[in-house]
This record gives sequence, C-alpha cells and structure tokens, in this order.
Amino acid sequence: MTVEQSQFRAALLDPLQPVPDDLLGPDGRPGTDRFSVYRNTVTVSLRDALGVAFPLVAKLIGPRNFRPLALDYARAHPPTSPLMMHYGASFPEYLAGVAALSHIGYLPDCARLDLAMRRSYHAADATPLSQARLAIDTPGLMALRLALMPATQVIRSQWPLHDIWAFNFVPDAPKPRAVAQDVLITRPEFDPAPHPLPPGGAAWLDALGRGQPFGAAHDAAVADTPGFDLAQTLALALSTSALADAPPQKGLMNE
Amino acid sequence: MLDTPPRFDPLPAAPGVGYKPQHYSDLMADPGPVAWIEIHAENYMGDGGRPIAQLRHLTERFALSVHGVGLSIGGDGPLDGAHLERLKRLIEWSKPASFSEHLAWSTHGAEFLNDLLPLPYTDDTLTRVADHIDQVQHTLGRRMLLENPSSYLRFAQSTWSETDFLSELVRRTGCGLLLDVNNVFVSASNLGYRPRDYIDAYPLDAVSEIHVGGHDEDHDAQGNPLLIDSHGTPVVDLVWALLDYTLAKTGPKPVLVEWDNDVPPWPTLRSEAARAARHLAPTVR
Repeated sequence: MTVEQSQFRAALLDPLQPVPDDLLGPDGRPGTDRFSVYRNTVTVSLRDALGVAFPLVAKLIGPRNFRPLALDYARAHPPTSPLMMHYGASFPEYLAGVAALSHIGYLPDCARLDLAMRRSYHAADATPLSQARLAIDTPGLMALRLALMPATQVIRSQWPLHDIWAFNFVPDAPKPRAVAQDVLITRPEFDPAPHPLPPGGAAWLDALGRGQPFGAAHDAAVADTPGFDLAQTLALALSTSALADAPPQKGLMNE
Repeated sequence: MLDTPPRFDPLPAAPGVGYKPQHYSDLMADPGPVAWIEIHAENYMGDGGRPIAQLRHLTERFALSVHGVGLSIGGDGPLDGAHLERLKRLIEWSKPASFSEHLAWSTHGAEFLNDLLPLPYTDDTLTRVADHIDQVQHTLGRRMLLENPSSYLRFAQSTWSETDFLSELVRRTGCGLLLDVNNVFVSASNLGYRPRDYIDAYPLDAVSEIHVGGHDEDHDAQGNPLLIDSHGTPVVDLVWALLDYTLAKTGPKPVLVEWDNDVPPWPTLRSEAARAARHLAPTVR
C-alpha cells in the first residue's frame, strides 16, 4: 500500500476527506492527528497570506469574518504558482459571488484595489516621464506616444473607491460620499499610493497605455467623458509619476 | 552528476540570518557577527520595487544564500520548468554563494500548497528526487544543497532511513547538504529516535550549511509530545547542544539562524547570531 500525493493533497485541503492510511506516529499508530499539522500549516498559511494581501477587505469586514472567508477561498482556490506574491488574483470575483456579502457591493472593487496595490509594489522599475518631454509644438505633442510606468494601475469603480480606502487607512479622512471614483495607483519610488482620478482620466490612461498618441488618447477621454479635464489629469499623472519616459522595459524576471 | 562544478566562493563558516525586510536598515547599520544572509528565492521573483532594490544593496555587503521553498523537488510530477528558469535568472543576477532546496514536495499538478510536505523513502522516490536534482544542477550549472525536513509522521511504505536516503542522493547526484539541526531535533522527538544517532548516521562530509531555528511544543491525541517547526521563537538550549555535537564532528560551517514568524526586533535576532558565533568559535582550529 502506498500513499499517493494526490490522496495526501485531497485530505490536506478537505477536512472531510479521510487521512491517508499508512501514515504513522512514533508508536506505529495511525498518524491521523499528526496529519493535521500539515492540514493546519497549509490552510493557515494561505489564509494568513490572503489577510496580508487584502488589507482593505480584511479591515472592512473584520478579522472574524475575513478568516473563515479566506479559508473557504483557499480550499477552493489554492495557489497556482509558487510565487505567493501573485496569490489571490481571483479573490475579487470570488467575493462578488458570496451571497452573504452581497450587501457590501463595493467589496469586490476594494479587493481589486488591494490586488492592484500589490501588483504595483512588485512591478518593474522605470524612469518617470519628465515634463520637459511635453514642451514641444502642438502637432508634435498630439503625435507623441507615451507609456505608463509598469507600477501604474487604474481601477474603474462605480463606488467611492478611493475615499473608502482613505477612510480606512488615512487618519482624519472624511466619510465617503456616494460618488463613482476611478482610482490611479502609482509608485513614485517603492510605496504604491492610490489617487482619485478625474472623470475620463481612466479612459485617457487606458488609451495611452495601449500606445495611442497623445491626441488620440485625449479624443478617447472626451468620448468617454465630454467634460474631460486634460490639464487636471495630466498634472496628476505627472505629479504622481504615472507616466514613463520610454516604452516599458521588460521586468527583471521576464526578459 | 554534474560534470564540471563551477567555482563559487562558498558561504563563510560564520553566522548568517534569514533576511527579513523589516530588518533592512538595522542590519545594514549594525550587522553584529552576521557575515551572510539567506533569502527565500520566491520572495525575490517580482519584477522590481523594494524587494529587488534591497537585495541588490544587500549583496554588495553580505554573502548570499538563495533558499528555494517552491521547487517541489519531491513532487511526483515533472519539475516546473518556468519556475526553474525564474530561479536561474535570480541566481544569475544575485550571484549567491549557495543555492538550496528541500527534500519535500509542495506542488501538485498546477497547485502550489505553500508547505513542505513529506515523502516516503522508497526506491521510487529516490530515483525521482535524484532525477530532479540532476535537472536542477544542470539547469543552474552549479551544485545545490538539499535540506532534511522536519517530520510529524512517517510512511509505513518507507524502506530507507532518512540518513541513508540522503547519503544515496549525495552519491548519485553530487549534491551537497544543508543540515537543519532543529529539524533533526523536531523529527527525532516526533518519530521517537535520538537526535545524536541521526547526526552519527548522517553524511556529514556533504554538509555545506547548517540551520538552527525555534520550534513550538504541542501534544498529539495520545499525549505524546509533538514539536512543530514554527521558526517563531529563540533556538532552545538542546538544539544549540546538538549544533555543538555536530560542529565538533564537521569543524566550522556556515550556521544560519532562521526566524520566519513573529519576527523579533533586530537586536534579538542579532543576539541569536552572536550566540551562533560563540558556538562556532571553539570549532575553529
């Protein structure tokens, strides 16, 4: 009789599965309760990793609600890569499907923000755009192709997403009002920070990120939001290092 | 077997610590006796940002050990080729003195289970693990070290002792060994043998690095002590004594203090490293 890794794995993540036979304790007895050390380590390590990875979600629903939720998710969706820094990519969609959380409609977007902050933290380094690059004649500017910094992330939301984040993590931040907020995340050096985007800003950054010239990106933003304020959005993008000086370099680990 | 092992400066026979980002400034300002650091490879496989920047600075100052926790050397499927390539890139740019992994499995199919899971010591396991070590050493172009696990149970199907199993892996692949004396202490207590008997039977000639760390004490359903390899407390006196017993046989070796959970302020870890230095001192001759 041999213990297959598939049996071991099934019993690890499903407490109702029997512990494989032929695992023994020191006195030759079945090592059922010793198997629970592995069960416990795996599930607790995944649950705790999710708690660190989704701080806004954890804060909003509290640790007593977050822990069982994260455990259920971990059992149903174990990591698919040894790079734990990427774990939880499907957590926002998972949250959207949890009936008991449906009264907190903004929770999946909050998970997206947590995920985007983490992606920004680990993104490749690059040189931000210097304002001098924009000091050219109008036709030249309209044809200029810019790039987003690898650490730049944009989340579109129907909820006051930035203000929900700030209310939970910034001292004395005001209570969120019922407005839709797209969020820009940038990482000037090592620490990602979210900023509320002016209306149309997400469409503008999305077009720039897809390689559209400056003029076409402006058109896309105006099509999205007729009152798009280019000056305000550009000022935000420059002051937060959202734009890159050159097309993005490949990251260290995926050249 | 690796045909022509390339030469790398080995880790110094001095204390090292498992590197934690919260210690960065303190470690740089006041390393105490710490001559080298060990990182978990997978935490430095992002594209950039603070982890990579810190590691670049650290490698200018300290010798480096890259310690993988995700390769699943004991997995019953093939090694993850993409992950092996990531390791290769990390090793190419960070130029570590040592690369090590575990005698364990952590991946099943496409899933990564985030723990070091146990193996039965059989002829089949031996062949599979030896093949995987060969593949790693060829891909990385260097000798790797393999670490003994902490065990909570044993497999009825095992036909090899762990020490014979490791000796045979060394013989077949030419790999080196990372001897974790806390794991020896934990496994010996959990499985009912004497830690010194394990050290006596262990292929000490292949040891290129030693780990010490803290463990927790619990009990199983029969009331037997059950030690958990938690790396969240100071190293206990009996593990320091087992280190002394080992070093008396091996001579000085690089000794790493592991503290991965409930990470203490830097001075606490530095004093554990200083204690390791005191245990190393009498072995220098």
